[in-house]
This record gives sequence, C-alpha cells and structure tokens, in this order.
Amino acid sequence: MNNKGILKYQIISNFDWVIFGLTIIISVVGIFTIYSTGGSGGEPSRIYIKQIYWILYGLMAMLLILFIDYHSLEKLAYILYFVIIVVLIMVAVSGKTVSGARRWLSFAQFTFQPSELAKIVIIITLARYFDDKKIRGFYKIRDLITPAIIVLIPAVLIAKQPDLGTAVVIFFIFISMSFLIGINIRSLFILAGSAIVSLPFLWHFMKDYQKSRILTLINPQADPLGSGYHIIQSKIAIGSGGYMGKGFMSGTQSQLNFLPEKHTDFIFSVFAEEMGFIGALVLIALYIILIIKGIDVVYHARDRSGSLIAGGVVSMLAFHMIFNIGMTTGMFPVVGIPLPLMSYGGSYLVTTFISIGLLLNIKMRRFVDMG
Amino acid sequence: MKIGGFGQNFSEEIKVRMLVFTLFIAVSFSFLILRLWYLQVIKSDELRLQAENNRMRVVPLKAYRGKIFDRNGREIISNRPSFNLSIIPEYIKDIDGILSLIASEVNVDTEKIKREIKNSSTPFQSIVIKKDISWDEVAFIEEHGLDLPGVFLEIEPMRNYLYGETGSHIFGYLGEITRTQLEDLKTLDYRLGDFIGQYGIEKRYESILKGKRGSKYVEVDAAGRELNVFKQIDPDFGYNLYLTIDIELQEEVEKLFEGKNGAVVAIDPKDGSILAMVSKPSFNPNMFAGGVSNTYWSNIITDEHKPLQNRAIQGQYPPGSVFKIVTAAAGLEEGVITPDTTIDCHGYFKLGKKNYRCWRKGGHGRMDLRNAIIQSCDVYFYTVGFRLGIDRLSRYAFGFGLGSPTDVDLEGEKTGLIPTEEWKESVKGEPWILGETVSASIGQGFDLVTPIQLANMLAAVGNGGTLYKPKIIWKVDTTDGKLINKTDSKIKGSLSVSQKTLDLIKDALHGVVSDQRGTGRASNIKGIEVAGKTGTAQVIRMAEIEEKNDEEIPYEFRDHAWFAAFAPYENPMIAVAVLVEHGGHGGSVAAPIAGKLIKNYIDRISNFKSQISNLK
Repeated sequence: MNNKGILKYQIISNFDWVIFGLTIIISVVGIFTIYSTGGSGGEPSRIYIKQIYWILYGLMAMLLILFIDYHSLEKLAYILYFVIIVVLIMVAVSGKTVSGARRWLSFAQFTFQPSELAKIVIIITLARYFDDKKIRGFYKIRDLITPAIIVLIPAVLIAKQPDLGTAVVIFFIFISMSFLIGINIRSLFILAGSAIVSLPFLWHFMKDYQKSRILTLINPQADPLGSGYHIIQSKIAIGSGGYMGKGFMSGTQSQLNFLPEKHTDFIFSVFAEEMGFIGALVLIALYIILIIKGIDVVYHARDRSGSLIAGGVVSMLAFHMIFNIGMTTGMFPVVGIPLPLMSYGGSYLVTTFISIGLLLNIKMRRFVDMG
Repeated sequence: MKIGGFGQNFSEEIKVRMLVFTLFIAVSFSFLILRLWYLQVIKSDELRLQAENNRMRVVPLKAYRGKIFDRNGREIISNRPSFNLSIIPEYIKDIDGILSLIASEVNVDTEKIKREIKNSSTPFQSIVIKKDISWDEVAFIEEHGLDLPGVFLEIEPMRNYLYGETGSHIFGYLGEITRTQLEDLKTLDYRLGDFIGQYGIEKRYESILKGKRGSKYVEVDAAGRELNVFKQIDPDFGYNLYLTIDIELQEEVEKLFEGKNGAVVAIDPKDGSILAMVSKPSFNPNMFAGGVSNTYWSNIITDEHKPLQNRAIQGQYPPGSVFKIVTAAAGLEEGVITPDTTIDCHGYFKLGKKNYRCWRKGGHGRMDLRNAIIQSCDVYFYTVGFRLGIDRLSRYAFGFGLGSPTDVDLEGEKTGLIPTEEWKESVKGEPWILGETVSASIGQGFDLVTPIQLANMLAAVGNGGTLYKPKIIWKVDTTDGKLINKTDSKIKGSLSVSQKTLDLIKDALHGVVSDQRGTGRASNIKGIEVAGKTGTAQVIRMAEIEEKNDEEIPYEFRDHAWFAAFAPYENPMIAVAVLVEHGGHGGSVAAPIAGKLIKNYIDRISNFKSQISNLK
C-alpha cells in the first residue's frame, strides 16, 4: 500500500504543469483568434464555441491517456496499427467527401479524420519496432526497410485522400525517429540523396493544383487570383499588422474575408495581423517553450520507448508549427498543415491534446523505478 | 520488477543527436522570426498599403456636364437621366428565370450576360446588362420589381441634344475616350469609358463643360460587397456655355435647307457674333450620347456627302461672282477704274487668242461699275482684274479676310486659297499665266473660300469696314448663374478701303437686290433693305454642259450657288453667306434662302423691340 501510495504521489508530483499550462494558454489564444475571425461584418459565427467543446474533449482525452502507462500502449502498438489501417481503408472506400477530399469518417453526429490519429499510432508503432529491435550500434539502410514500410502504408492511404500535408508530416516523423534511434552517417546521406532523387518522381505524381502551389511559392504574382491568392493575401495580412498589430477584431484582411481559410490553416495570419510582430513573437515564444519542455521529456525519459515516443511527438509538433508559420509567411507551399492548438478543427485538436498527454505521461513516469 | 539502467544509457546515447535535433529546430524558428520581422517591420508599410487597397474602393461619381444655351437663354443641350439596367449576380438565385422575364420585354443578349456573370470575380458588384433603356422598359422593370430580385436601375446623366440634328456641326458630339486621348489627357483625371467631347463645341470646350468627377470611398469585403462609405466627394457641375447662336434662326435655316446640301453662316456685323451656322447634310448627336452604334457610325462615314464635314468652315468653294466685291474695291482703290469708268460688254473678253465669256451670251452693253455689280457683268471685272494684275487683286482679297482662317473658335477651320504669282511658282512650279488673272477676277480659277469667310467679309462691308474675329461663345456661367467669362469682340483688321469706295459698293450691292435687273432680286423682302451679291461657282468648265439646263447636268457637275448679303442695308443687323452645293444659279437658288432667313431674324428682333417699348 505504501509503495503504491508513494508511486502515485511521485507520478502526480512529476506532472509537468508548465507543459499543461502552455497548452491551455495557447488554446485560449486560439479561441480568441477564432472568435475574432467570425467577428464583425458577417453573421455572428459560433465556431469558437465548437472549438471550446473540442478543447474540452481534448482535455478529457489527455486525462485518459495520463492514466494509461505508455508501456501498455506500446504493447498494443501493432493492434492499434492494424485498426488504423483498416479505418483508413474504410475512409478510402466510404468516407465522407468535403470539398474534393475524402478524409472524414462519420458516426452518429460526429465526423472524424482518422488520418490525424494515425500520426500518433505511427509514432507508437515505430517506437515499438525500434524498441524490439535493439540493434547494437547504428542502423543501416536495410535496417530501415521494415519501419519504412510500416510508415509507407498509412502514408500512401492518407496521401490518396488527398491529404498531402499529413503525409508529409508522417514522413518527417519517420525521419526524426530514425535519426533519434541512430543511423550511421553513410545511411543518412544515402537517405537524403534518395529523397532528392525521388523529388522529380514525386512531382510527376502530384496533382496539378499541388504543383501550382509549389510554383506559386516561387512567384506568387504569376496568378494572383488563383493559386497565388492564398499566399499573397496571407503575406499582406501578416505584414500589414506591423509592429503592434491592428488590434483584436480589427484585422481588415481577415474581417473582410480577403484572407482565405482564416480560422483553420491561416489562423496565424489572423493573429499576426491583429497582434503584430510583438504578439507573433510572444506566441512563437510560447511554442518554443513547449518544444523545449518536450525535448527535455525526450532526453530525460525513463527508457528508450519513452524517449522514442516523446521524440516522435515533439518532432510532429515542431514540424506543424514550423511548416504552418512558414506557409502563412510564404516560405513553404500551401499544404494543409494546421497550427497546433490554434487552428480550428476537432480531429487535429484532440490529436494534439493526446500527443501532449503522451509527453506528460512519459515525463510523469521517468522516476518510477527509483522508488 | 527491475527495468532500470537502460534509460540512463539511452540518454547518454542520444545526447549528440538531441543536440542536433534541437539545433535544427532552433534554426528553423530563427528563420520564422526573421521572416516575420521582414514582413511585419521592413515590408510593413508596403503591405499595409496593399491591405488598404484591398478593402477600399473608390467609386467614381459622374460629373454633370455643363449645359449649352443660345443667345436668348434657350436651352439647347442639357442632360437627361438615363436608366441602365443592372444586376448584382450574388442576389440572383434563378438567373435563367430572371433573364427570360427581362428578355420578354427588353432586348438583351442573355447568353452574353451569363458569360459576364461567370467571369465576374466579385459577385456583389453590379453588372450593367443594358444601357439607356426606354421609358416603357423602365416601367416594365419597375412593375415587376418584386419578381426581379437583384435587378435594379442605375441612373446616370446622359447628354441630351434638345434640337436633334439642328446645329449638329456647331455643337458636335460626345464619344468614349480613346486610348490615345487617355494618354494625352492623363493629367486631367480621365478614365477609360469616360465620354468626352469628340467634335464641335463639345470638344473645343471640353475642359469648361466637363465639370469635376466626384468620388465615393467605400469599404468592400473580398466578395465586393459595399460595407460602408468612408467619405464622399460630390461631383462638380461643369460650366454652362451661352452661345451667340440664335437657335430659332438656326432651326429656320435648317428648314429652308431641307433636301439640299451646302452651308449657311449668319453673322451679326456689329460684333462678329455668329447667329447661325448650318451645314448640310448633318447628323444626330443624340445617336452618339450613349456610345454610337456601329451601323450609324458606318452609315455616316461612308456617306459620300460627308455629313461629318462642317461645310461652313471646312468646305472650300470658288467664290464665283461674290468675289467681284473684292475686284471692284481693288479697282477703285488702286485707281484702275473710277465709279464712272465704263466698259463695253460684247459677251466676251479677248486675251490673246482666247475669249473669256460673260455669263450673258449677248453681252451687257455699256456698263459702269454700279451696273456691272448689279448685273454681275463678267467682262467688266475681267477688265478690272486684268488691269490690276493678280498680286494687287489678291492683296485686297487677303485684306477682306479671304485666304486665311477667320479664327472662329471651332476645330478644323480651312483657310481657302487666294493665289499669287509667288504662290503658283512655289506650289505648282509654273509661272503665272495672265488668263488666270482674268478667271480670278470673277472668283474662278484657283480661288477658294469658305462660307464663313464670305459671311464675315459681307459683315465687314456692311458695318463700314471692320473685320471681326467671328465669335460663337457669348459667355460662360456657373450652374447658379455666376459669370465666369464673357467673350469680348475681337477686331481682326479693317478692309483698308476708303469710305467712299465702301459706300459705293454697298449702294451697288443694294441695287443687286432692289434693282429691276439685279441678279439677287429673289432675296428681296418687303420692308427690309437687303444688300448682297450672287455667285455661281463653276465646278467644271465644259462646253457641252454650259449650254444645258440644270436638270440635264449630272448632280456632281452642277454649279454651286452662292448668295452673300447683309441687311438692313443702312445699318446692318445680319450678314449671311448661303452656299447651295450643286444648286445651280446663285440668284435663283441661294438668294431666296438668304432673303427668308434675313426676314425671320429681323422680324423677330423688331417684334421683340416693339414689345419692349410697349412695356415701357
């Protein structure tokens, strides 16, 4: 009893209030920003209320995850993987199509994007695989073939939806986790080299609109009303915010709808327009602290599986932040990669909460064996 | 359960990798921050301007063009409301139904409209589907307002020429600004699609008439929906122009000219004011007001009679016998004849081997100057001209305002032609021939004049020798009647002939109309003493057609008929030049028109004066 009590106490005392606090603060900033996008002008929008509900669901999911030792999740990894592949196939066969993309599954009143949850499942599955292998020394290319296949099956299913953004994120998670487990330098170069060589093939398989988005990045003015429109309007929104911003609910670019996808992929543009450079710096600082805390979890995890899962989660979160902000500022092509905790959207929000829950989970259990 | 140890090892193992990973993320975030700094600090002003341009739209408000009035304050040209049928695509659900309802009454191209709607990027911006619809169509749209959501009428001012074709060459017309004009007029705030004066007074006084465009600054959203008005600058009215034209006289002359081609200019000899200026055939400026149709335009420019030409200032014709006024004055002033010099007319003037014939076959017999003018004896003036020589004769012609523009304030005035020896040498490269002097002395050969030159010359003869610059603008007013500018009468010169010579000529010109044998008897009016001179300008000199009656000669070979006059003879109130193209004889064709128009004008003026004195 005593032992168990101390264990529980230790777990709770190791709860990282900073990570949790940052998560809540950024989510609240997100709610206000979404409120602002639906503000003046048009008919009152209620999506910020929906976002609040999603945050609450996310918190519940996070709490639930905290009570499940991540080792148990790791044990279930292949079952979870199998389930998510089946679900992704279900989406491909009978998913709900919204604006040309078949991404959603609906049951009852809920619609959900399994591709978001797939990211977490892939992280856990890769962790399990690497943990089992326990190769001495560095991984070589041939050692990576199996994990590559593990990643490729869901990635292709997701890319076909089409959801290029998520597929790219999964690819990045794979690279990061492989790097973390340790691959020899030669293999790393071969991997990088083959990625570059495969670019033209990737280009060949891309859809026209995807190609034009990449071309647009190089010269947005080539088609200012077409594919260049998003980037141009987003840059105008961000830049016109200046140092101090235009003020809450006063961003003309977002309020007058010049900014497309303003409450989802371009929520950062809305925030930067209204809060300015100072505001954007503060927000980015919050994200950086979150990532630093995450890296700390990776580094100080109790075991390899803890480090691997946390590493996957941190790289996923960081990639979302960097790519989303890079996209809204016109540095990356427009691929739908949402901003963690800010962008409107239930599946991604809940997924983000679960992944942060995993970080907390791993951190809480780092000293468990010392008792 | 013992798991421990491994975790610590792994931490050691990944130390370097975690550092690389952290560095990678740090560099990435640094780039993001640099990028934000670039956009939000360095490029901020530029992008803020773009954001403003995004949401601000300047809606131009059309200026009201100044009105044009005649000398008696009668409105000639004004603006009427014109209704443009417009739609806002966003408000229309059933576009096919609505278009078919509209098409049942209004002639519109539904396919074209549908294409325009499809191409429009801002669904809240209105699209004009038909300009200037008729009253019946307006009534139909108003009546069916409830069945036509998203359909509405836009009102804009449209130029309205109240007298239609009357005076079209003076007033001109409006047309859409061309690209070249737009480049030239860049500083004056014109835009593509603007209508500006393209001809006549509308063109010449464009800057006075146009007024100033207003603008409405509105905030719009991405769909083009107007949200609110920041500020509005109302358009300014253009200035009103008062012309020297007497529109009633103008109408009368146009009526007298029906079915004929030619030109009439009537001038007030006291100050050079143009009372009427007619050129036929004419055109209807109302057809241009909303953009000229292709059919109308091509009809006009392919018409062989050239209705766009203002013959009054651009038509150049031989003056014919009207020129004898100049020859007579030159002869007297240069002393080659006296009033009593007599010359025997046998029907021809012999020069070398060639005979120059008088228009009267048998000859006029013994003629003095007065009779020679009254009966328009060619031989008499052949002799005078021959004695003068071409250069002396032409010097007087220039002095009478011929051979140079009158400088009337209208576009495109032609100079006419008065030949000299030097001119022929330099232009034709041939020496002057004496026979050409003979022709020139009766206004044939090289001589060319415009109707306005002759009217102005007669005005000078009538008023005692003062040659005015003809004026067509009387004054410029603001809409609320404040005087901006009044045109002074400008003297161009004097006829530089003695009073005695002038009196003699005036008396003879009176005789042309009043004498039993006068060639201009047809212009005689009861109660008004008219003085004038007929002229018949040969278009072509061919023996075979000279013998024929007018009706037998093809139209384009028939002579031009001139009559130039002033009245009343003692104290002239009006001077006119009437030219009927291919009309035949001046005495029979042009003179009656001149008589009627003089009577119309003088009767109205004296009626007006007597009414005034009755009031007193």
